[in-house]
Amino acid sequence: MTGDALLYGLSGVLSASAPLLFGVIGETITEKAGVSNLAMNGMILLSAMGGFAASLATGSLALGFLAGAAIGAAVAAVVAFTSITLKQSQVAVGYVLAMLCRDLAYFLGNPIMGMNGPRLNLLPIPGLSTIPVVGTLLFRHDVVTYASFLLIFAAWFYMERTRPGIMLRGLGENPRAAYVRGANVGRQRYLYTIAGGAIAGLAGPIYSLSVKAGWKGTISGLDGIGWIILAITIFGGWKPFRAALGAYFFSLLQWLGLVLQPLMPNVPSQVLQVAPFPLMILTLLLVNVGNAEWLERSLARLPEAIRRDIAKALAAMNATPPAALGLPFDEDD
Amino acid sequence: MRDAKSTRLIFGAGSVVLALALTTAIIALTGNDPIAAYFNIAQGAVGSPNVAANVVVSWVPLLLVVSGVLFTFTVGLWNIGIEGQITLGAIFATWAMRLLQDSAMAPGWIIAAAVAAGILGGVLWALLAGALKTFGGVNEIFGGLGLNFVATALNLWLIFGPWKRPGVASMSGTLPFAEKLWMPTLSQQSRLAPVPLGLALAAIAIAFMLLKGTYFGLRLKAVGKNPTSAYRLGIPTWQHMMLSFALCGAFAGIAGAVQVTSVYHRLIPSISSGYGYTGLMVAMLVNFSPAAAAPVALFFAALNVGAIQLPIVLKLDSSLAGVIQGFLVLFVLVGNGVRTRLLARRKGAL
Repeated sequence: MTGDALLYGLSGVLSASAPLLFGVIGETITEKAGVSNLAMNGMILLSAMGGFAASLATGSLALGFLAGAAIGAAVAAVVAFTSITLKQSQVAVGYVLAMLCRDLAYFLGNPIMGMNGPRLNLLPIPGLSTIPVVGTLLFRHDVVTYASFLLIFAAWFYMERTRPGIMLRGLGENPRAAYVRGANVGRQRYLYTIAGGAIAGLAGPIYSLSVKAGWKGTISGLDGIGWIILAITIFGGWKPFRAALGAYFFSLLQWLGLVLQPLMPNVPSQVLQVAPFPLMILTLLLVNVGNAEWLERSLARLPEAIRRDIAKALAAMNATPPAALGLPFDEDD
Repeated sequence: MRDAKSTRLIFGAGSVVLALALTTAIIALTGNDPIAAYFNIAQGAVGSPNVAANVVVSWVPLLLVVSGVLFTFTVGLWNIGIEGQITLGAIFATWAMRLLQDSAMAPGWIIAAAVAAGILGGVLWALLAGALKTFGGVNEIFGGLGLNFVATALNLWLIFGPWKRPGVASMSGTLPFAEKLWMPTLSQQSRLAPVPLGLALAAIAIAFMLLKGTYFGLRLKAVGKNPTSAYRLGIPTWQHMMLSFALCGAFAGIAGAVQVTSVYHRLIPSISSGYGYTGLMVAMLVNFSPAAAAPVALFFAALNVGAIQLPIVLKLDSSLAGVIQGFLVLFVLVGNGVRTRLLARRKGAL
């Protein structure tokens, strides 16, 4: 592979990560508040279809993105209502919505399947894009990819450096303490669930108007992305930078699968295409195994020096979810 | 308001009405005639003895899957990996058939061996998800989904690689088995095979008896309600989780083996056909009660089979069946929430 091809490939990895980043950051915000929105997979399909349909009908890309965000927010509002107000299992609600929104997307998107529609143009940044290597890598993208870079920093800043961001952490870690400090836990959780849904909802039009432009029904290749996003959120340990790393790592693996295929004719194409999924399981294993009791017991038998190193490595990998994630909160308890 | 049976019935009926109203609105929104769509689905499900038999054929794997997930739900686990467990059951069954098809064994025994192999495949794949959950701390939803993708890839690889048809491999699957190795059907024309139907009915009966009538079922429920207190009461927690995974995998494996030996007579790329995902929906709709599972599974099978004609006759996507099912389960969940909320308020007022 020539240097140029490698550079363009890596640049492609960055833009292919944009929808994943919107999904992962949106879900991270939602889960930080103590609500998990498992509807992601169907929500992204529905917002991809809806966003494409909206910009097809109006000719406006901006309205397409707006429609995607609105669909994400609407689905998240259903999650919020059933889990916060009605205290139903978030897993159950999320799963049903994931299935329902997927089928709705296929049903409603049937008439516009395979149509040619508007798509985002590249927007090389004048000056910066001519810098060798870095210019190609970072400054020759469309506007949503730039937005995805900014989103990571914005989310980090909000969560770690602002007062409402600290309160957000409290909603998921210790809602009682947040309540005592004057937060309206239920309303704040609604707010963050819907806001997170709107951000994640943008992932749909980013696919259908940019990364994989168009709507092709069941062969759009988007089914499954939402579940990957939820897994990356766990891998990301509910921290924006680590989550971004997970998203980039996943896209890199997918790209490597495509690139390596011609080099390894003996490995069937199906194997390389799904390679990210067992790796996803493996990373989740590494992230979670540190919490397992049996591991602690067997580690205790090892010599002190080795034990400490292993424990340190596991602690670095380990991610602990917000303590009150998925649990309803009742002010009167 | 009391939590009487009549209240529950009213809420159940209300959920159905709301689900139908919303689906009707959505069909109308797309500029189509809702009545025509429903009529088409009904005709596709019960319009002729042939399609009605197809509904039963599709009821069989769904019922097997529902029987399985009742165990995992009872112990508090979301076995989304069941889709892959069906696929592995089908792969193992095909493997057994391929090994034995040229042997001197009687066809009946070969089919029985294929079903046994299917059980083995389903159990192994379920235990993998179970081990990831109990020893690795990997949430069974993500472990299971990942394993589903792996199972699909393995299936495609077998169909396009080692097990490909002589000549050219294709999406239509492996070479069909000899007709004597097909599970016998009611008559020459019918697709309905009595043995798989019997297996499915036995599965739901077993699930009902084990869950409702034995200490084993009670222990599963205890683990599902509160694993920590169950453990302190002396119930080995992870063993019960693994056991329910294994039971679920066994039923899923039978479903896969049935699809191979009695429906398609070969291995095809989409052998699990979403039965696992639909099965989870059925179990949620009946609120994990084995008694109601059989009729609801039949209804879901009828919707799925009935919707097959929609794209041809009305140019509507057959995912309409899934839309109706999704709204039904969603409104039942919402109804449960509203009912308990009203009851709690009532209690507070007294």
